[in-house]
Amino acid sequence: MTGSADLKPHLARSHVMDLMRQMLRIRRFEEKCIELYATERIRGFLHVYIGEEAVAVGALPTLTPDDAVVATYREHGQALIRGVPMNAIMAEMYGKQEGCSGGRGGSMHIFDVAHRFYGGNAIVGGGLPLAVGMALADKMCNRRRVTACFFGDGAVAEGEFHESLNLAAVWKLPILFVCENNLYAMGTALELTESETDLHLKAQSYRISSVAVDGMDVVAVEAAARRATAAIRAGEGPQFLECRTYRFRAHSAFDPELYRSKTEVEEWKKRGPIERFGAWAEANAILHPTDFAALEQEVAAEIEAAVAFAESGNWEPVETLTRGVYAEVAP
Amino acid sequence: MTRPPVETRIRTSYREAIRAAIFEAMLEDERVFLMGEDVGRYGGCYAVSKGLLAEFGPERIRDTPLSESAFVGAGIGAAIVGMRPIVEIMTVNFSLLALDQIVNNAATLLHMSGGQISVPLVIRMATGAGRQVAAQHSHSLEGWYAHIPGLKVLAPATLEDARGMLGTALRDPNPVLIFEHVLLYNMEGEIAADAGAVEIGKAAIRRPGRDVTLIAYGGTLHKTLLAAEILAKEGIDAEVVDLRTLRPLDTATLLESIGRTHHAVVVDEGWRSGSLSAEVAARLAEEGFWSLDAPIGRVCSVEVPIPYPRHLEEAALPQPARIVAAAQAVMRR
Ligand SMILES: Cc1ncc(C[n+]2csc(CCOP(=O)(O)OP(=O)(O)O)c2C)c(N)n1
Ligand SMILES: [Mg+2]
Repeated sequence: MTGSADLKPHLARSHVMDLMRQMLRIRRFEEKCIELYATERIRGFLHVYIGEEAVAVGALPTLTPDDAVVATYREHGQALIRGVPMNAIMAEMYGKQEGCSGGRGGSMHIFDVAHRFYGGNAIVGGGLPLAVGMALADKMCNRRRVTACFFGDGAVAEGEFHESLNLAAVWKLPILFVCENNLYAMGTALELTESETDLHLKAQSYRISSVAVDGMDVVAVEAAARRATAAIRAGEGPQFLECRTYRFRAHSAFDPELYRSKTEVEEWKKRGPIERFGAWAEANAILHPTDFAALEQEVAAEIEAAVAFAESGNWEPVETLTRGVYAEVAP
Repeated sequence: MTRPPVETRIRTSYREAIRAAIFEAMLEDERVFLMGEDVGRYGGCYAVSKGLLAEFGPERIRDTPLSESAFVGAGIGAAIVGMRPIVEIMTVNFSLLALDQIVNNAATLLHMSGGQISVPLVIRMATGAGRQVAAQHSHSLEGWYAHIPGLKVLAPATLEDARGMLGTALRDPNPVLIFEHVLLYNMEGEIAADAGAVEIGKAAIRRPGRDVTLIAYGGTLHKTLLAAEILAKEGIDAEVVDLRTLRPLDTATLLESIGRTHHAVVVDEGWRSGSLSAEVAARLAEEGFWSLDAPIGRVCSVEVPIPYPRHLEEAALPQPARIVAAAQAVMRR
């Protein structure tokens, strides 16, 4: 890997503005979802990405539209940044027909193949083998595409994680593993369940080149992701990013948060990706208070429109209940 | 003559009843321990084990990593050398990651070893739909496990069974799987203050009736009892049988019931094809054919992965109205 200048993110005003906009889109979207969950518009399990925005916002723009993304049940952020329209995501959260998965999946199963967004997997670790297969197909067909696979620290304990890393390494596949290490798998702290908590070292033991980055720092994530995707495109095989981050909210709406202290959460909030990047941009006179206000307004309008879209969407008629079990056509 | 003492009743929930059973087992037998994801600090994903960590400590209330295959296998290993593990898997969908250990080890070690190795292990897990958690968290796969010789499979549907089946399962020298329907955890009611171990292996008649036998288990039992009330208003007196144990099946109780009612409907939250309901219906046809006045009816989940929206989820699952209609159909009313 090289450290050449064009691999560093350019921190021009427009880029700073864009990073800020994207992080705000996720943050405010998730806040709205929590509200909509309280009023039972959104049901089932809801896992929000608040606190972790810098990971998706830093990593995903280094991909091209041809590349693919595989994510988990905490995937609204990745879907938004990948370009899945907010309207379609919100309608999916409601379970409306106009949702990106036709309403069948809900919060945990956002899919949009047009944006090469392959879910939305609610089995921990379940996405990793899929991503390996997608990368394998690309390699076999000589397609120069990257598959980015997001997963949590909890997934690292599953056999599928280890089997997938090994396959990706022995077959030298064009895959970017992005581990979102937020220190907890539901209520279980990483240090209680992993003998090696420095997760990126696990990738190294499979001879996959890997780095750990501050996942609360959008610029650091972007720089690392840019290097990693460049290496993949240069034919260097799989790359692994461990993004050290933190979930500010409960695991899901059912979580009483008995396993961590309020002070711990508050400490991490001080390092919030939006808060910190915003303060930096303002201190360096790149963004001004009016910019933040304008961004907030723009994001609020997008969310309002998405809610209106979801509200006015339609429930699928019960008559088509058994649709979507067998395919008519192969990809 | 002295009158029998008045039984003291206590209010409890399905969740608390299971917790009380774990608590009692842990006190009675030092070899018993609980392990699984988030059973300790989090208090259990369905809050069943809440408070147990403080009582028994992390050695016996063990939080595991997300490693279903390894910790289920470890439960088997500990059991074969003398421990009495209770392994909790969050939901049956996740148990698929441990299917190899359950089917290829737990169920076969006794046989393969010529009877040398028995596996006194209890595996508990949630099953079923109804919470809009979509296609990777909602399935009822207990019927698959009931296919496997060497396993015993239980489905407590009442507070008494939630309280009593675990202790009996722990005393069994075989691997026993307990399926707890997610919609039952909040069910409340009264049970005897001294409720304890219950017999396993026998079905129970939950509502006697003369006209038709409705056979259910787990989460569908209560929908079936509701259906029986509706049928009663229409002059059909339904008997409701709770299977309780899915393997081995208590065919005798079922045959005895249809011997009286001559009509049967089987209710199962699993899908119809290759399901437990198919096995039950086949046994009734094989052994009870001459008792039956009509073909056996079935009410199962529609053959589709469970969808997220409420109306579609409800439509996919057995509901009282469908059970009523099936009973009417076999009664030709
Ligand atoms: C195979 C499997 N086991 C258990 C679960 C239940 N579960 C859902 S999320 C979760 C925690 C996962 O933690 P992590 O991978 O760190 O992701 P995070 O939620 O922190 O983003 C658990 C245990 C599941 N969905 N799949
Ligand atoms: Mg985590």
